[in-house]
Formats: sequence, structure tokens, C-alpha cells
Amino acid sequence: MSEPVAELSGVSVAYREHLVVRGVDLAIAPGERVALVGPNGAGKSTVLRVLAGLVVPRDGRVTLGGDPVASLGRAAIARRLAAVPGQASLPFATRVEEVVALGRLPHEDPFRGPGPADHAAVDLAIERVGIGSLRGRDVRELSLGERQLVLIALAVAQAAPLLVLDEPTVHLDLRHQVAVMELLADLNRREGVAVLAVLHDLALAAHFFPRLVVLDGGRVVADGPPARVLTREQVRATFGVDLAMLAGPAAIDEAGSELTAGTTGR
Amino acid sequence: MSIGARTLALTRARVGRPARVPGAAVLALAGLGVLAAAIVAAVAVGSVAVAPGDTLGILLRAIGLPVHRTWSPEAETIVLELRLPRVLSAVLVGGGLAVAGAAFQGLLRNPLADPYVLGTASGAALGAAVAVLIPVRAVFLDLGLLNVLAFGGALASVALVYRLGRGSGSLAPLTGLLLTGYAVGSLLAAGLAMTMFMSGSNLRQIFAFLLGGLEGSSWLQLGFAAPLIVGGSIAIVARARVLNGLLLGEEAAAHLGVDVRRERAILLALASLVTAAAVAVAGLVGFIGLVAPHLVRLVVGPDARRVLPLAAILGAILLVLADLGARLLGEIPVGVVTAVVGAPFFLALLRGTRSAYEL
Repeated sequence: MSEPVAELSGVSVAYREHLVVRGVDLAIAPGERVALVGPNGAGKSTVLRVLAGLVVPRDGRVTLGGDPVASLGRAAIARRLAAVPGQASLPFATRVEEVVALGRLPHEDPFRGPGPADHAAVDLAIERVGIGSLRGRDVRELSLGERQLVLIALAVAQAAPLLVLDEPTVHLDLRHQVAVMELLADLNRREGVAVLAVLHDLALAAHFFPRLVVLDGGRVVADGPPARVLTREQVRATFGVDLAMLAGPAAIDEAGSELTAGTTGR
Repeated sequence: MSIGARTLALTRARVGRPARVPGAAVLALAGLGVLAAAIVAAVAVGSVAVAPGDTLGILLRAIGLPVHRTWSPEAETIVLELRLPRVLSAVLVGGGLAVAGAAFQGLLRNPLADPYVLGTASGAALGAAVAVLIPVRAVFLDLGLLNVLAFGGALASVALVYRLGRGSGSLAPLTGLLLTGYAVGSLLAAGLAMTMFMSGSNLRQIFAFLLGGLEGSSWLQLGFAAPLIVGGSIAIVARARVLNGLLLGEEAAAHLGVDVRRERAILLALASLVTAAAVAVAGLVGFIGLVAPHLVRLVVGPDARRVLPLAAILGAILLVLADLGARLLGEIPVGVVTAVVGAPFFLALLRGTRSAYEL
């Protein structure tokens, strides 16, 4: 079996004295597509931050492409793991292609700047994500859905074997949610990029991801294909709501907000 | 056309800069040409007129070219000992402030940041005011006490802001720094006000520092300030990619391979050093560090690799011309000129892009 692109073994993380991740084991194989789900505060974002070396775990071992994250420099990490940035307001007018080009920072020659390979990677990412029509526009004028696609293109330009996303569909309308999910699935299938995404919407996760990892209270409580993981008992135990809420095609969007409400009430 | 539509149209016009801007190298060469012309003009003009041809000849001869001497020795002294150090100080201070301003704007992710935002100005002002109050004409390595205390005050206040701002509880690090800078600045301003109140007949000297001015420039001052300003600016330009990474925020920068904590500390130190050296030479010259980077971004976009060097050239041109204007108007403080020209200009910029600046 080939080496995992990312692996956590026995990882625990504490913020001050509070344990937020407890003994998590998780391996992502090359070309795999994994959704990380769980209630707010389950430790999902922390798991992503540990993988990217932004948080140092108290215990356990974290590797990217077989090497311990602690032994890698920031640029080396950025060449193995591309994280789609959270939506941020840009301080200056910035064009779509200028934002996508930021994905080449870990590859560029630090003094000579971007070379032909970098320009080509940016063009390819823009084409691949299908945002060619947005070229030349100020990213701050775009809708949230368009911006999300631009940020994904940035991570695609980063050309790492693992793409990591933290709630990529939050604040998006249904059409853009599906567009983002289809794009991720397509990138995964056609380019072989492994995808690890934190998702709140169980219906989207189950539909677009062949493997779901459920995190609750900092532990992995279920890991496998959606049909095996999203059982009625599991969903009730983890999210405190009934699976019936997820049923029915028209209920997808609302189920997300219902789930959030149910979780905070726990 | 409604105001909203007009604002939007202006915003679009602003971003609709040409898809392929003439290469940054071309712009830089053009800018250097303008700067050279501005330097010659500024050296030629003054209470004693020296013909532009003679000025050029004196300058070329001074850098070792075999030019036949057709001018009087007095003209040579005026140009080389009085005007040239002053004009070169304007070049260095203007360029340095523009680079530092661009760096602070990028680091703090705030378009309204300028080189003085983290306390350098108030620290330098207090240092200068204290120097004016000290009755002994102490001279340190032949530099004026005022220059030395202004430099030290600027660096000390930034160091204080950085130390206090880093540990400000639950606030985001940048917000913490900005608010700490404001608080420390207010405290130092109180000290400055008290010092000015006690200064009696020396008040004018303190005001001269607060308003900025290059009339005290000398080769000696330049000898101390130039390595700091030039070296610091080059080191900042070499880290331009860090500022690019920060466009999308600190976490995004970290994901793009930037060691954010370390690089932020280094860039803050460099930008503060450049600012401190600039204010020690010229006092608090306003607006150059705020406006020059924005003007450059309008043309070439936010890529710091282009913005920093071009802003340096533009800042130098602007301050040389502002100082020339100040001299022609009878030695008014140069900070008055930069403010009178810069403020309306900046207001126009803000009005045109109101919807675009999210603070």
C-alpha cells in the first residue's frame, strides 16, 4: 500500500489545559476523498490545523507524505498540503488572477519571483475551477460563492497532493454548495488530489464523499462509508437530532441549520 | 447616475487597470528618470540661482566624470555642500517612508496605516521635544541631540507597543497591536504636550520637528541615516513575498509557507528602523508614507514585489518636489506642503473607492 499523504496517530491537542482532540488516528491515502463531520467544538478545525503544523499536538505523531510535520519547514508543508483559505476581506483591490497566484508562493524562487511554470499553474488552476470569466475583476466585488471558487483555485494552483478545506460551503447558496462539492469530487477523480474537508451539512457530505469521519468530543467515533457511518443511532448520539430531518431532497438546506440549532442545544 | 452607481463605476475603473501594465521595470526606469530630473531641478533652484547646465556639470564632476569647469567655486559649494545633501535627504526620507508605509499597510492589513501608526511618531516627537528642553548643547558623535533622541524615541516606543501589544489577551494580534499603538501614542502625546507647555521660547523648534523639514540636512546626518534607510528598505523589499502572503490574512499566509510570527517581527523591526532614521533626519513628514504606496497600487496592483520599489521611487520624487516647493515658498515646513497636497488627494482617493475599503 502506498504511503498516506497525511497521517495522525494517537494525536491529542490541548488549548491551555483543555483537551480538544483526544487520541485521534486518521490516515488519508493518496487520491482519497474524506469528509470530517461532527458537532461544533468537536475538534475538526483543530485536526486540520495540526495537520498543517499550525498547532503542535501534546501527544502523538503527525506526518505529511511520510515525514513528521515538526521536521518540515513552513514552505515544505505548503508544498504537501494546500489549505483553501477562509473568506477574508482583502485590504487592497486585488484581481482574481492575483489572488490565485498567491498559491504559487511556496514554489516561487524567493528572489526572482514567479517563473513560467508558476504562470502556467495559475492559468491551469483558473481554467480547472472554471473561473476564467472572472479574470480581471476585483475579488472584493465578487459574490461569496464566486470568491469561494477563487480561493479553491488558489489552493489548486498550490499543486499539493492534499487539499484541505474548512467548511467550504458555509454561507453559500444551494447552487454554489453543490458546485463546490462537484468541483472537489472532479478534482479528486481527475487529478488524483486527496481531499479532506470539514463539512457541516451531512447530506452534502454523504452524497459527495465516499468516506466520512465523525468527530465528537475530540475523538473519532465513526469512520467509513456514509451508509455505515450515518446510521440513525450514530447521528442521534453525535448530533442529538433525528435522522428524519435529513430525509427529503428539499430539506437539505434547512437540515444544516436545524443541525446547528440541535447541536448548540445539547 | 446615482451616487452608489458612480461609486461602483469608480471602483471598477480603479480595478480595471490595464491587464498588462507596462512592466514594473519600465515604470521603475521612467520613475528613476523623473527622480533624476527632480534632483537636478531641486539642486539648481534656490535663493542663489545656478544654471541647470552648471548644476548638471557640478553633479557629474562630483561623481567623477571629466566635465570641464565653467562655474564659480561658490556655485560649487552651494550645490555640493548645501543643496545636494538636502535633496538627497529628501530622496532617502521620501523613499524610506514610502517603503515603511507600504510595509505597515501590508503587515497590519490596513489601508489607512502609515509609518507612524505604531507609535514611532509620538516617540520621536517626545524625544525631540526633550532634546530641545535640555539646556546643554550636547553633541553625540557630531550629531544633534535632537536627531539622536528622536531616533531613540521612535524605536523605544515601537518596541514598547510590540511588547505590550503581543500579549493583549483575546484580541487578534493585529487589532491588539493597533490599539496598543493608539494607547501608547496617546500617552506619549500627553508627555509631548507637557514638554511643549514647559518649553517656553523653544516651542518653535519643537513645532519645526513636528511639521517636518529638511533644512538642517548635512552630509554627516546623511552618512548615519543612509545605511539604515537604504539597508532597511532593501531588506524589506527582499521580504515582499511575505507581504503578499498576508493579503489573505495571517492564517492563509501560514498555509502558504510563511512563518508569520517570525516574519512579522522582522518586518515590523525593519519598517520601524527605516521610519526612525527618516524622522530623525526630517521630523514628522506626513502623507508620503500613506499616499505613495496607494498611488502605486492603483497602477500595478497589490503585488508587494512591484509596490515596494516603485513606492520608494515615487516617495522620493514626491518629497524632493515638496521640499522644493517649501523652499520656493520661503522655507515653510515641508510637512505643511505634503499635507496640503496629500490630504485633498487622499480624500479624493477615498471617495472614489469608498465601497472598496473595508476597515
